[in-house]
Amino acid sequence: MLSIRNLSVHYGGIHALRGISLDVPAGGIVTLIGANGAGKSTTLNAIMGLVRASGGSVAWNGEEMLGKPTKNIVQSGIVLVPEGRRIFPNLTVDENLSLGAYARADRSEVEADRERVFGLFPRLEERRRQKAGTFSGGEQQMLAVGRALMSKPAVLMMDEPSLGLAPLFVRMIFDIIRQINAAGVTVLLVEQNAKAALEVADTGYVMETGAIGFSGGGRELLDDERVRRAYLGEI
Amino acid sequence: MKSMSRNAWLTFAASLAGIALLFVFEETFDRFTMQIFKLCAINVILALSLNLINGFTGLFSLGHAGLMGLGAYTCALLAMTPAQKEDNFFLQPIVPWLLDVHLPFLPSLLAAGLFTGFVGWLLGVVALRLRDDYLAIATLGFSEIIRVVLTNAQPITNGALGLKGLPRYTTMWWAWGSAIAVTVFLVLLIKSSYGRAFKSIRDNEIAAEAMGIDVFGMKVLSFTISSFLCGIAGGLLAHYLTTIDPKQFFFLKTFDILLIVVLGGVGSITGSIVAAIAVTASMEILRFLDGPLNLGFLVTNGTPGLRMVFFSALLMIVIIFRQQGLMGTSEFSWDALARIGLLPRRGGKERDG
Repeated sequence: MLSIRNLSVHYGGIHALRGISLDVPAGGIVTLIGANGAGKSTTLNAIMGLVRASGGSVAWNGEEMLGKPTKNIVQSGIVLVPEGRRIFPNLTVDENLSLGAYARADRSEVEADRERVFGLFPRLEERRRQKAGTFSGGEQQMLAVGRALMSKPAVLMMDEPSLGLAPLFVRMIFDIIRQINAAGVTVLLVEQNAKAALEVADTGYVMETGAIGFSGGGRELLDDERVRRAYLGEI
Repeated sequence: MKSMSRNAWLTFAASLAGIALLFVFEETFDRFTMQIFKLCAINVILALSLNLINGFTGLFSLGHAGLMGLGAYTCALLAMTPAQKEDNFFLQPIVPWLLDVHLPFLPSLLAAGLFTGFVGWLLGVVALRLRDDYLAIATLGFSEIIRVVLTNAQPITNGALGLKGLPRYTTMWWAWGSAIAVTVFLVLLIKSSYGRAFKSIRDNEIAAEAMGIDVFGMKVLSFTISSFLCGIAGGLLAHYLTTIDPKQFFFLKTFDILLIVVLGGVGSITGSIVAAIAVTASMEILRFLDGPLNLGFLVTNGTPGLRMVFFSALLMIVIIFRQQGLMGTSEFSWDALARIGLLPRRGGKERDG
């Protein structure tokens, strides 16, 4: 269980996260939805140690993660698929995947995980020696997810995985999220595509300008008047 | 698996052929050609060193001239005999603790590398907090600081007078031996997980950090290794020229190396080696351009520096038509030769690359 309490982040004078609290139960899918600039990505980056939190706590199975170097956070099983895919364009698929396993100590099991990733994304195996920069957006997103899986995540945090993808790929990504979750990986999903996210999620948190507005079950929020009005484009 | 062993055999054969070629060159080249040939090797090391930081780690650094100077002076001061030092320092005597230091070439060269690497580490810890153009400006400034220190620390460096009459230690074997060792080291480094980490930082720093890579530490490591190699090249250069003075390490020297790296391909070891040899050789071959020219319609009576116009034009052409340089980020491999049809796909004869 990943439990976040009163997490605050300041960017210079801007109070980007104003003490948010949320729980990600083991084995679940939790989604964080909200408008641009609400602080969704900042939350994930603060958990990863990529931006410095100014207060609060991030406890992973009871252990405090805040203030630890990113490498240790990755090693403890919290892994991020960054926004905008951010694959390594000049490196091959194989090299990208190897970098996903960079922080791992159990070298011997890395190759088995590579096969598992190829099982999930056969298209990556066909192109394993190709440079990732030549891929389409959807393929790059597959690679980004595959690379994160190489870190052997217990919690996979995904930042806008459907951003800028063709509808076919969006559906595919959400299928993959279900599959990964079914394999026992906890998922924390940040999405602008609120409908698709709430459909897969057990729990949803709605963020508004740096704070959690309200939360509820995924289905429950889909029917919620406020969510429908603000995020699902209904009047 | 079969093609694997073929490649290993080809590599072995090519290495033997390469060494044989060095023996042949040693026998056949006259003294002047030999000097150029040695300079090729030194430029190979410099280009590889700059490419490690600029090409593989993606950090735009322009400090190589200064670091080279540091290596050159360190190596020279350690390798000169006390008598030679006394001859050189006639305006102001050398500091006493340095006078009696006299080491053979190999330890001097390694000390030059280590000291330059250490200074590179110090500079890296400070300057690598900057990015892109700002890093380039900071390293360029640092390069000039080294040169000014070399000019003014008279009791240690003999100031603007420079050091003369250094032993001519840099033989063909030293130069090419070092170049080959550096090449092998870099190939192994780039193939290792460190190399992959360097390249991931170049490609996407944020993603690299999210993978758990210690981005800052890796940048400093790359910068330190690059400085070490640059110091070695500086030491070789000092004992190749046998005369050094601070003016040689003016910041423009960095751009000569940058030219090689860009022409060869930013991020390609093969490209740097080929370009270093080609550029160094062309600098001599094109020397006739500096002399009196008779083009039929135009007669000039010698314009020093005209051959540099050729390189400027070449650089412009490359930037416009082939930005990735000769090799881009690709490397030489036997399989690549086979793919383009220069090598039979199976079995196969040796071909030199």
